[in-house]
Amino acid sequence: MTEITVNGRIHEVAVEPETPLLWVLRDTLGMTGTKYGCGIGQCGACTVMIDGQATRSCQVPVESLGAAKVVTIDAIEDDEVGRRVVDAWVSVQVAQCGYCQSGQVMAATALLKGNPRPTDRDIADAMTGLCRCGTYNRIAEAVRLAAG
Amino acid sequence: MSSFDHPSFTAAAGLVRTAGVTNVSRRGFLGFGAGALVLGALLPSGGALARAEGPAAVAPRPGTRVAAFLEIGPDGSARLLSPFVEGGQGISTGLAQIVGEELDLHPARFTVDCAPPGPDYAVVNGLRLTGGSFSTRSSYGVMRRLGATARDMMIRAAAVRLNVRRDELATEDGRVVHAKSGRSLGYGDLAADALVLKPDEAVQLRDPATFRYIRQPMGRLDARAKSTGKTVYPIDQKVDGMLYAAVRHAGHLGTEPLALGNEPEVRGMPGVHSVHRLPGAVAVAADSWFRARKAVEALDVTWSEPRPTGIDTVAADYSSGGMLAALKASKEAGIPAEKDGDTAAAFAGAAPTVEAEYDAPYLAHAQLEPPSTIARFNADGTLELWVPNQMPEVFQAVASGIAGLRPEQVIVHSPTLGGFFGRHFMYAPANPFPQAILLAQATGRPVKVLWSREEEFLMDAVRPLSFSRFRAALDGRGQPSAVEVRTVGEGPIGRWFGEVIKSPVDSSAVEGLVEKPYAIPNRSFSFVKLAHPVTIAFWRSVGHSMNDFFYEGFLDEIAEAGGRDPFELRMELLKDRPRHRDLLSAVADLSGGWRRGPYEAGDGRRARGVAMASPFGSETATIAEVSIENGQARIHDIWIAVDPGSVVNPAIVVSQVESAAALGVSATLFEEMAYEGGTRQARNYDAYPILTRDAMPRIHVRIVESGAPMGGVGEVGLPGVPPAVVNAVAALTGQRIRSLPLSKARLSGV
Ligand code: FES
Ligand code: FES
Repeated sequence: MTEITVNGRIHEVAVEPETPLLWVLRDTLGMTGTKYGCGIGQCGACTVMIDGQATRSCQVPVESLGAAKVVTIDAIEDDEVGRRVVDAWVSVQVAQCGYCQSGQVMAATALLKGNPRPTDRDIADAMTGLCRCGTYNRIAEAVRLAAG
Repeated sequence: MSSFDHPSFTAAAGLVRTAGVTNVSRRGFLGFGAGALVLGALLPSGGALARAEGPAAVAPRPGTRVAAFLEIGPDGSARLLSPFVEGGQGISTGLAQIVGEELDLHPARFTVDCAPPGPDYAVVNGLRLTGGSFSTRSSYGVMRRLGATARDMMIRAAAVRLNVRRDELATEDGRVVHAKSGRSLGYGDLAADALVLKPDEAVQLRDPATFRYIRQPMGRLDARAKSTGKTVYPIDQKVDGMLYAAVRHAGHLGTEPLALGNEPEVRGMPGVHSVHRLPGAVAVAADSWFRARKAVEALDVTWSEPRPTGIDTVAADYSSGGMLAALKASKEAGIPAEKDGDTAAAFAGAAPTVEAEYDAPYLAHAQLEPPSTIARFNADGTLELWVPNQMPEVFQAVASGIAGLRPEQVIVHSPTLGGFFGRHFMYAPANPFPQAILLAQATGRPVKVLWSREEEFLMDAVRPLSFSRFRAALDGRGQPSAVEVRTVGEGPIGRWFGEVIKSPVDSSAVEGLVEKPYAIPNRSFSFVKLAHPVTIAFWRSVGHSMNDFFYEGFLDEIAEAGGRDPFELRMELLKDRPRHRDLLSAVADLSGGWRRGPYEAGDGRRARGVAMASPFGSETATIAEVSIENGQARIHDIWIAVDPGSVVNPAIVVSQVESAAALGVSATLFEEMAYEGGTRQARNYDAYPILTRDAMPRIHVRIVESGAPMGGVGEVGLPGVPPAVVNAVAALTGQRIRSLPLSKARLSGV
C-alpha cells in the first residue's frame, strides 16, 4: 500500500512502487482528466502539479511521491489561479480536440503561480507540451490574458 | 477525400445501395479491409431498419426524421444527435448553430453527441462519414430544414394546447408565444406532443438576412469541458468489470507470433489475467493497463520470418528509400488523369523546357490520443463497442462480422476524439477494435484495449509516400504552354474503396495535380498504380497534402525558368478566374503587399513564397515568410486567404485554418515515417518530431466569402503551406527543395 495525496485527499493505492503516477491517477483512482500521450516525458499531456511544480506524471514513480501534494486538472477550478487560467482558455477558444489541454492548463497554472507576470520567454520555456492541433499561439495568448 | 463527391463514387455507392442488402461475409481477421466489404457495410441492413421503424417501414430519407436527431428536455435544453464525430473540428458547435437558428433555440442550450449507427444519419451524399471536410457543407441544407421542421412541430403542438390558430403563434428562443393572449409554452413542455407529429415537408426556412446564430463567431460548446479535463475521450471510457489489455505487434507487418517462450512466468506477474496470441500480435489482459503493458513487454515472442526481399510485402529489407526508388523506376505506361491540347506539339517547339522530380514521405497521424476500444458482450447477445471511428456504420458492420453477429446486434458508441486527421477510418490492421472483440470473447469479460504510443507509431496507417515527375514547355514570353505530370503510387481511396469505385485513376493520388485553375493550354497528366505494402491512410488534406507542394513548387520553377515573378505569373495564368485572382489579391493585401525578396528584416535576410490550392471545394492562397537559422528554415509568418464560399462559424473556420496550417508546417519542416530493414524507425515523439511551440509561426487568416457553393474547411489550410514555404526558401537561398521534410536539407544562409 502506498499513500498519496491528490487534490487534498489521501488515497491508499495497492500498486507496484514503480507504477507511474499517471496510471495510478487514471486506472486506480479513475481520475481520467490527466491524459496519456507518449509515456516518455515528451508530450506533456500528463502534466500535474506536484507541490506546485508542473510535472509530467508519466515520469513519476508513485513511490517517489512521499508526502508531496498532487493537484490534477480535475480540481483545477478549486484553485484561484487555475480558474483564471481556465477562463482565459475559454475566452481565447484555445481547445480544438482538447486532448493536450489538461496538461497545458496545468503547466500554465503552475507557471502563473510561481511567476504572475511571465515574459514571452518565460511562457515559451514553461509551455513545452505538444499540441497536434497546433494551438500554440492561442495557448500563449491565453497565458498572457490570465496573467492580466 | 474530395473524391467522395466524385461522380464515380456516388454512382458506385448508389448502385450498391439499390442492389439491396449486401452480404457482409465474415472474413479472416486481416482480410476485412477490402473496399467492397467496407462499402457494403454502409448499407442499412433489413434488420436495422426493422428495429428502427417497425417491420413495414421504408428507409427514412436521411436527415428528415426529427425524433432521430432531437431530444428536448423538460427544461427546454436540447440534445442533438449528430451524424458526425467531433474530434476538434468544431462540427458539434456548428450543427447547434444551424439547427438552433431554424428551431429558434440558442446554440448554447444544446448538447451534441454522435448518433448511433442508423440510416437517418447518412447525410453525406447518402453515406455517413466524418471526413473529406464534408460535414458542414454536406449537411447544411438538411440540418436547417430539420431545425425548421422541428420548430413547425412545436408550433402545431402549441396551437392544439392553447386552442389557437397556428398563424397566431411565433417562437422566441425555446418558447412558442401567443402574443394576443400573452400566453406561451416552452419547447420542453411541448416536446412530447410535438415530436410525434408528422413532419411537414414544405416548411419555410428562415431568411438568411435575419440569421442570429449562423455566420456568428460563437464560442465552442465544448470549450470549458476541454479546458478542465472533463471531456471523456475513448481512452477515458470504462465499464464495470472490465479488463485492461496491452498488445505488442509484429515488427514486420504481416508476420505472426509463433511461440511464447515464457508464458507461465508472464501469467504469474502481478495483476495478470491471461496471455493471448492475436493475428499479428500478442496481448496480455490484466487488472490495470500498466500491469498489462509490463507483462506484454516481458513476453518472449518468436515471430515468423518476413519475406527476404521485394515490395509486395513489408519484407526483411523493405525501406522507404527502396520504395521511392521503385516508384521512380516504374516504366509502366500511365493511365490518363487529365488531358487537354497537344503536349507533344508544344514540347516540340519549346525553348526552354523544365523538368523535375518531387517526392514526399510516409507520415503518421500522431494525434495525441493513442487509440483504444472497449468491447463488451451483453447478456442479450449484443456486442457494445466504445470505439474511435469516422464511420460508425462501417465499424458496426465489420465488428459484427468479426463477432459472428448481425450488424444490428452491435451497439456503437463514438466518443469525442483526441484528434484524428484521418486516423480513425477502417484500416484493417491499424484499428484496435478487432482485438478488443477477440479478447472479450476469449476472456468472457469486457476488455479495454489501449495501444501504447509505441504500438501506435508502429501500426498507424500512414499518408502514402508519393512521387511525381514534371515536365513543362515555355513559350517565348516565359509562359508555360504545356505541362506533363506522371504520378506513380497509390492513394487511400483506391486502397480502401477501390473494389467498388473501380476508377482506374485514384483520385486521392492525383488531387492537387489535376483540375488546376491555371490557363495552361496543353496538359497531359498520367497515373501509374504501384501499391504500397504498408497500411496507407487518409491524412489531413489527403492527396493535396503532397500534390499541391509538388505542383506549386514546380510552378515556381517554371516562373524562374521564364524569368517571371511567381506571383505575377500566377495572376496572369488566372486571368479568366476572378475568384482566384481576388483570393490572390486578398492574401497579398493581408501580408502587406506581395514582395518576394530576399530583403533585410533587421535580424537577417528573409524571403517570401506564394502558393494556391483548391482543396475540398474551397480555394486558398498562401504566403509564407522564412529566414535561415543554422542551416534550417525558420518560418516567421504565414498568411492565408481562404474562400469556402460561405461559412457557418467564422471563428471556428479561422481556428481550423490555423490548425491545418500548423500541421502543414510540421510536415514541411520535420515529419517522416521512415522504414529500414522492414521496420518503422520511429516509435514515439522523440524519433518522430512534430511541430513544437518554438517553431510555430504566426498565422494570419482572412476569410473571403465569394458566395460560391459551400466548400470544406477542416483540411483546407494545409495544402498551400508546404509549397509557400519551399518557394520562400528557394527565393532566399536559391535551393529548390523537391523532397520533404526540409530538415533533411542543409540550407545555406546566403
Ligand atoms: S504522457 Fe507524459 S509526457 Fe507524454
Ligand atoms: S488541442 Fe488537440 S492536441 Fe492540443
